[in-house]
Amino acid sequence: MIKSQKDFFSGLMFTAIGGAFAWGATSYSVGTAARMGPGYFPLLLGILLVALGCFTTIYSLIEHTEDGEKIGDFAWRPVVYILGANVAFGILLAGLPRFGLPPMGLIAGIYALTVIASKAGDVFKLKEVLMLATFLAVLSYLAFIKLLNLQMPVWPFFITG
Amino acid sequence: MELLNNLALGFGVAFTPINLMYCFIGCILGTLIGVLPGIGPVATIAMLLPATYALPPVSALIMLAGIYYGAQYGGSTTAILVNLPGESSSVVTTIDGYQMARKGRAGPALAAAGLGSFFAGTVGTLILAAFAPPLTELAFKFGPAEYFSLMVLGLVGAVVLASGSLLKAVSMIILGLLLGLIGTDVNSGVARYSFDIPELTDGIGFVVVAMGVFGYGEIISNLSRPEDEREVFTAKVEGLFPTKEDFKNMLPAVMRGTALGSLLGVLPGGGALLAAFAAYTIEKKTKLRPGEVPFGQGNIRGVAAPESANNAGAQTSFIPLLTLGIPPNAVMALMVGAMTIHNIQPGPQVMTSNPQLFWGLIASMWIGNLMLVILNLPLIGMWIKLLTVPYRFLFPAIVLFCAIGVYSTNNNTFDIWMVAAFGLVGYVFVKLGVEPAPLLLGFILGPMMEENLRRALLLSRGDWFVFATRPLSASLLGAALVLLVIVLLPSIRSKRAEAFVED
Repeated sequence: MIKSQKDFFSGLMFTAIGGAFAWGATSYSVGTAARMGPGYFPLLLGILLVALGCFTTIYSLIEHTEDGEKIGDFAWRPVVYILGANVAFGILLAGLPRFGLPPMGLIAGIYALTVIASKAGDVFKLKEVLMLATFLAVLSYLAFIKLLNLQMPVWPFFITG
Repeated sequence: MELLNNLALGFGVAFTPINLMYCFIGCILGTLIGVLPGIGPVATIAMLLPATYALPPVSALIMLAGIYYGAQYGGSTTAILVNLPGESSSVVTTIDGYQMARKGRAGPALAAAGLGSFFAGTVGTLILAAFAPPLTELAFKFGPAEYFSLMVLGLVGAVVLASGSLLKAVSMIILGLLLGLIGTDVNSGVARYSFDIPELTDGIGFVVVAMGVFGYGEIISNLSRPEDEREVFTAKVEGLFPTKEDFKNMLPAVMRGTALGSLLGVLPGGGALLAAFAAYTIEKKTKLRPGEVPFGQGNIRGVAAPESANNAGAQTSFIPLLTLGIPPNAVMALMVGAMTIHNIQPGPQVMTSNPQLFWGLIASMWIGNLMLVILNLPLIGMWIKLLTVPYRFLFPAIVLFCAIGVYSTNNNTFDIWMVAAFGLVGYVFVKLGVEPAPLLLGFILGPMMEENLRRALLLSRGDWFVFATRPLSASLLGAALVLLVIVLLPSIRSKRAEAFVED
């Protein structure tokens, strides 16, 4: 029986990641302590992480820990909308040359990001969101493009040519 | 006298109009994010790092430092007026601060926090200026073995003093160290764990990790909880000045808080949060004077002590960074990143090779503290208005500034995909109850640790005992061991759990 769900799964996560790093390290030259190869330190750390992860997992089967309560529901809605907004911004800002998508620039990206990200919250009023997007677009244009002079596409490709 | 000369040099640098302006911007931004709950200095500094590219290094560091200590001031405003910690280090301020506000004494509470912070900031800056040179001397005696042991001590200290599970915190450090190793190995030229992706051969940017885990991860976890009820005391802030009686109570508390904060700030893993907790605990242990309000019901000492402590801690946590090049907490880890962006190798040589930067930064901290008192006391009304801005307008803006910031680091969309991935990782960390701060420390120290380990063992021809036979290195490792043993002792363990739970 799992007594501390959070600890059980974090232990599994550490074991898996540590194992992956240790396994990957064996494909580089490991060397000796006096002459370390690129694989030496990651192999050492990977093994250590596996050991700690296993211990955490096993310990979670035996004892309740202070911060080891149930994990609870995964909040898919904010995850999808926040990360989706970020990805949409990237695609619109610079385009995806590999898939033949041209850049649409910063301003289009800001509108898309604001609308998608706002969907993650409990309240969504389109008018409010569009006002926020306009405010952010003006602010970003002034602060990042005019003041800080950051280099990025601002307008869609069909305007700048 | 040398100290005076150095400070004169520093003030000369800090008083140039451009540096005054960036100090001011940093303080305003710091207060802003300090006042707003749900965004902290780590995410903000990560967001702004790319924007400082174009600035001279001194101005960039002055501004970023201003954000950190400015956040300590701003955090208290929210704690007192809304009963929400604007900043994690203001958690204990809510206890007595909010009670004072409910009794119509918000003004004296804010003044106690502001004036206490200013006093503490001044003392902290002086300590930094006085102790940095001798520590730097010591650091020059360090070889690779000592540096490695020092980093071990730093990392152990960071987890021992933090809250939560020790085991998971150590695991997070190692995970951070491993993530830091991704990219081209400087010694062999082998691209490790980069899967033939060209962007990964340069390693993962720490801006990406910090923004993903601290920025996006936090937003997602905030949104997954129902929004807190906010009750803002906007009308009641009048009569800012504390009474004579208040001053009498406040003064010793400010002194104690400052002393404790300065001390704890230097320790790895210490800094503002721990200092505030410890200071409040000590105040609660001292006897109440006749006629004084009990703690938890609006005692001014319960505001003055932790607020002084967190600000003193914020200043002195720069000591390990500026003298040894070793960051004691996540914000300082980002400052290492900021220095690297500007081609400054953090470490003892900064003081001699860049004296303008070193002393200019220190002097700017005092100026910044002065600006903050003015920003926070007479202009308090402006910040209160900010608190009425709902979170649904704030988080899209934070997402946007993260995305723009991360893109402009390398002008590459690959970083935008990476920050999304780390955002997911950050949320998983929240769900699994693992603290992300040790990961960031490990991430920054990973390559440095490997390099020093490699050099130390190369010099000793593979003999691991080199770490135990060199006296300086042995005492550093010994200190790390003692810390671990102390914290694992059952009696202390329960005390430690208690210290982070406030009634």
